[in-house]
Amino acid sequence: MFKRTAMTAGLFAFTLASLASGPAFAEAKPASLPVGITTFMSGPASVFGMPAKEAAQIYLDELNAAGGIDGVKVDPIYIDEGVGGDRLLSEYRRVVQEQGAKVMLASISSGNCNTLAPVAEDLKVVNILWDCGTEKAIEGHQYQYIVRSQANAVTEMVASVLYLLKMKPDFKTIAVVNQDYAWGRDSWDIFQSTLKALKPDVQVVAELFPKFGASDFSAEVSRLQVLRPDVVLSTSWGGDLDTFVRQASQRGLFKTSRFFLALGESSLERLGSSLPDGVLIGARGDHYFLEPRYVNDPKHKAFVEKYKAKTGVYPIYSVYHMMQALDAMTAAYKKAIAANGGQWPDEEQLAKAFRGLEFRGLTSPVTIRPEDGQGLEDQLFGTTTTSPDYKFKVLKDIMIVPALLVTTPAGQATPEWLKTLKPELLDKVSLLDKQQ
Amino acid sequence: MRYTIYGAVALSVVVLGLAAAFPWLKLPLILALCYGLAALGIVVLLRAGQISFGHAMYACIAGYVVAYLSQRFPHLDGFALIGLGTLASLVAGMLIGAFVVRYREIFFGMLNLALSMVLFTLLGKFYAYTGGTDGLRVGRPTLLGVELARNGFETALLVLVLVCSLLVIWGVQRYFRSSAGEALMAMKSNEMRLEYLGISAKKLLWQGYVLSAGLCGLSGALFGLSQGLVTPEMGYWLRSGEFVFIAILGGSGHAVGAFVGALLYEFLKMYAAVLVSGAWQLLLGATLIVIIYFLPSGLTGLLRKRRAALGGEQ
Amino acid sequence: MLALLDGVSYAGLLFLVALGLTFIFGVVRILNVAHGSLYACGGYAAATLGLWMGQGGDSLALSLGALLGGALLVGIVLGTVLMLLLRQFQDRDPILQLLVTFGAFMIFEDLQRMIWGTQPYFVSDVVNQMGTSELLGVVYMNYQLLFVPGAAVAVYLLLQWFLRRTLMGRQIVAVTHDREVATAMGINAKRVAYLTFVVGAMLGSLGGALASPTTSLVPGIGADMIVLSFAVVASAGLGQISGALIVALMIGLARSFCVYLMPEMEVVMPYVIMVLVLLMRPQGLFTVAQARRI
Repeated sequence: MFKRTAMTAGLFAFTLASLASGPAFAEAKPASLPVGITTFMSGPASVFGMPAKEAAQIYLDELNAAGGIDGVKVDPIYIDEGVGGDRLLSEYRRVVQEQGAKVMLASISSGNCNTLAPVAEDLKVVNILWDCGTEKAIEGHQYQYIVRSQANAVTEMVASVLYLLKMKPDFKTIAVVNQDYAWGRDSWDIFQSTLKALKPDVQVVAELFPKFGASDFSAEVSRLQVLRPDVVLSTSWGGDLDTFVRQASQRGLFKTSRFFLALGESSLERLGSSLPDGVLIGARGDHYFLEPRYVNDPKHKAFVEKYKAKTGVYPIYSVYHMMQALDAMTAAYKKAIAANGGQWPDEEQLAKAFRGLEFRGLTSPVTIRPEDGQGLEDQLFGTTTTSPDYKFKVLKDIMIVPALLVTTPAGQATPEWLKTLKPELLDKVSLLDKQQ
Repeated sequence: MRYTIYGAVALSVVVLGLAAAFPWLKLPLILALCYGLAALGIVVLLRAGQISFGHAMYACIAGYVVAYLSQRFPHLDGFALIGLGTLASLVAGMLIGAFVVRYREIFFGMLNLALSMVLFTLLGKFYAYTGGTDGLRVGRPTLLGVELARNGFETALLVLVLVCSLLVIWGVQRYFRSSAGEALMAMKSNEMRLEYLGISAKKLLWQGYVLSAGLCGLSGALFGLSQGLVTPEMGYWLRSGEFVFIAILGGSGHAVGAFVGALLYEFLKMYAAVLVSGAWQLLLGATLIVIIYFLPSGLTGLLRKRRAALGGEQ
Repeated sequence: MLALLDGVSYAGLLFLVALGLTFIFGVVRILNVAHGSLYACGGYAAATLGLWMGQGGDSLALSLGALLGGALLVGIVLGTVLMLLLRQFQDRDPILQLLVTFGAFMIFEDLQRMIWGTQPYFVSDVVNQMGTSELLGVVYMNYQLLFVPGAAVAVYLLLQWFLRRTLMGRQIVAVTHDREVATAMGINAKRVAYLTFVVGAMLGSLGGALASPTTSLVPGIGADMIVLSFAVVASAGLGQISGALIVALMIGLARSFCVYLMPEMEVVMPYVIMVLVLLMRPQGLFTVAQARRI
């Protein structure tokens, strides 16, 4: 009886003591920098997520070979987004708390970003939104530790509408086939609002949202064949987009409607001849291995060659996004170290360094807005065409849309800002006038 | 009664000790205990010889109620949220139970499965109301009026879940020993004879069903609150399968078995993922088969054998 | 009209998988959760064989051969493994037997991941080779429109003939109806059970193989399919083959109609049907009433 009481009392005291101690602050230069990176490593989205992992490996190997960041080697910890939001959350927390990651790159899925951003802010760890598009991850919150090293859904969708109107100014009906989750829904909302503001007479004939990771789109294709819309929009990506395009192409849907695949750049090589000519493609930024302004740029060219040598395929925009995020991280550390008088920065100083940061991934430079941590990057669009040099479609009629023109100003709410758009916006953009 | 106290103390010591030694383990421990609560719900039904492959839906209902309320009424206290979530599951259990208790064996399991899949697919589809497959976020509420930072909140939650578990163990064990509980067990051997004794088997099963729904609901509410996220996956049939797995692992001999099983399961899962990354499901599946072969009554079954050997004392 | 045609193809696949499940249950009285893995592995095996036999080729015969070959292989191998496993638990509680199949399912899921990886497989040559037809202005793939439903009907007819006309088939029916009496009459129930199990497994993997050209194969498709097959089997009545055909058709058509009329309810439909059927007729729609034994 006494033994049990003593045991319980002792345990209680121990519990109190350990709970009272706070976390240790590490401001001395660490031996290595653990960085958590979430990406899709399983499931249909892995065709999109694995290339980014390869790119991260290339970048970090190079960085570590050159000594790392100020002499500190970077140690990547990859987390699979394919396990689902629930398990991803537990994994994320474990990597931050048990493995002591100091910077997190999360994530691809907009749904996961919405989940993880508040957790990162809570854990006070810098989180770079390296690929997800939803503007809602940042807008409306006052985050200190969350930054985005790329554009958001508003930039991309408003610019998409502009390209569509430039390339096909008279169309009456449009249908949408998007994945049923945060990105699919939010991107359509923005696209629709913008379209209403710039061309109010368009009719939406169908809004189809197959589930994320769906493997069969026959029913959707049948429906579209019956409805015959002038334009079919899809912001799908990864394996979903591949399957959808293949099934639609097999059944001749491309002949009856003009397709706009806003994230299509990532599927160009995989689809090969399944993708016909004349399809409008977006790249979520000017991420294209044949970007006219950067195709001969030494940094870009060297990387494309290295990537192709390692993986056998050309880089897609997930790769570009990863490189941007890592470049942002390195640049931020350099900036923070300089601001800290040569000392290694703590999390707060690092977070501050991202605000107003200017860096460059593989193509054009990106700025991170100081007000809210949102990245500003120009958008590239093109139309598919056949090329004798490649087994897959390349892009012609390329247009670059500057970010400032099409992004919600800091502090404003997107739905309200979209209503203020005027058709005159179309006159401010034009094709690049270079044949590819 | 002695075993209950031993079990309870052992459980508390292990949980608090681990949490003190490795602070980052707090959340996984909370989640493990939540799984234990749900598995206990399954154990209640196991005693009647029925298995439900859809009980995760009650955890899901409670979780989503918590999430929805916390978004609509951000000033609601954590205790209120948990209470309301569990209540929602209890009510659902009462309503659904009224239909479901007419079935037995495979059909009981299948009907529960079907209902849980209906809930799962509905939650996944209606993005505007339920957040679709991304789920809903649960903000951090006050606990008994006290606003807590992350560390304190997790500790408080751990203590809360532990206390809940202990109370539940005591309560359910008393239920097992009560006439209702023993009669429930009689259902497994011969339901007809029970009817001849004048006891309504359906009513008995209904009682057990509502209890199990409440336990799963409590589990779901605590789970949602701790994770800060509820997703339709909380109601997927594989999740129900996990509850059943833990229930079998722990055995239906004693209420504490479900929790021991849950802790074992969580740690198996965590370290299998680390050691043989990519084959943890294999390990778990193999463990299940091995357990069924050698210990069909689970870990607490060992207790039973020992008790029988000692001459069947209390 | 058009919704009908989409639904029939889906129903065909569903029927094949559910058929295997109900067949197995009829004889060994176990609901085989691992059936989902049979479906998935059947698909993967078919895809691998298809790739091996020449990706992008034009030979229809080869593509079909790959499909069938994959299905047969997986059915025999995994069916035998499962059968041997279940034999160890022969006299246990049926619930425990079900859990054993659940454990087997988990093991197979990981084996599948280890053998074939996590990246999606998409081998659709046979679909392209079969060409298209146009009906009422909508272009359909012959594979989905004609081949899959045709294969399902062919299997159904073949099975009925087998069960009614051949000796082996009638032995199976006897054992399904009453194992004890069948054994008393001299039928080797064990061997019959084994055969049935393997045939049921092959049907499941055939479903997966036929599904593989039109869907992308990723980890997790087994889990989704198993619940759907449960829905069909439970609604039809366990062990009812003709019932399974009708219910599969019902579910397939209901789902198709949903996409046209209420796209949001498309995924919910099969389970709603299952709930309604079970509430109205708890034994399933087509079960013959059996006397209760006290």
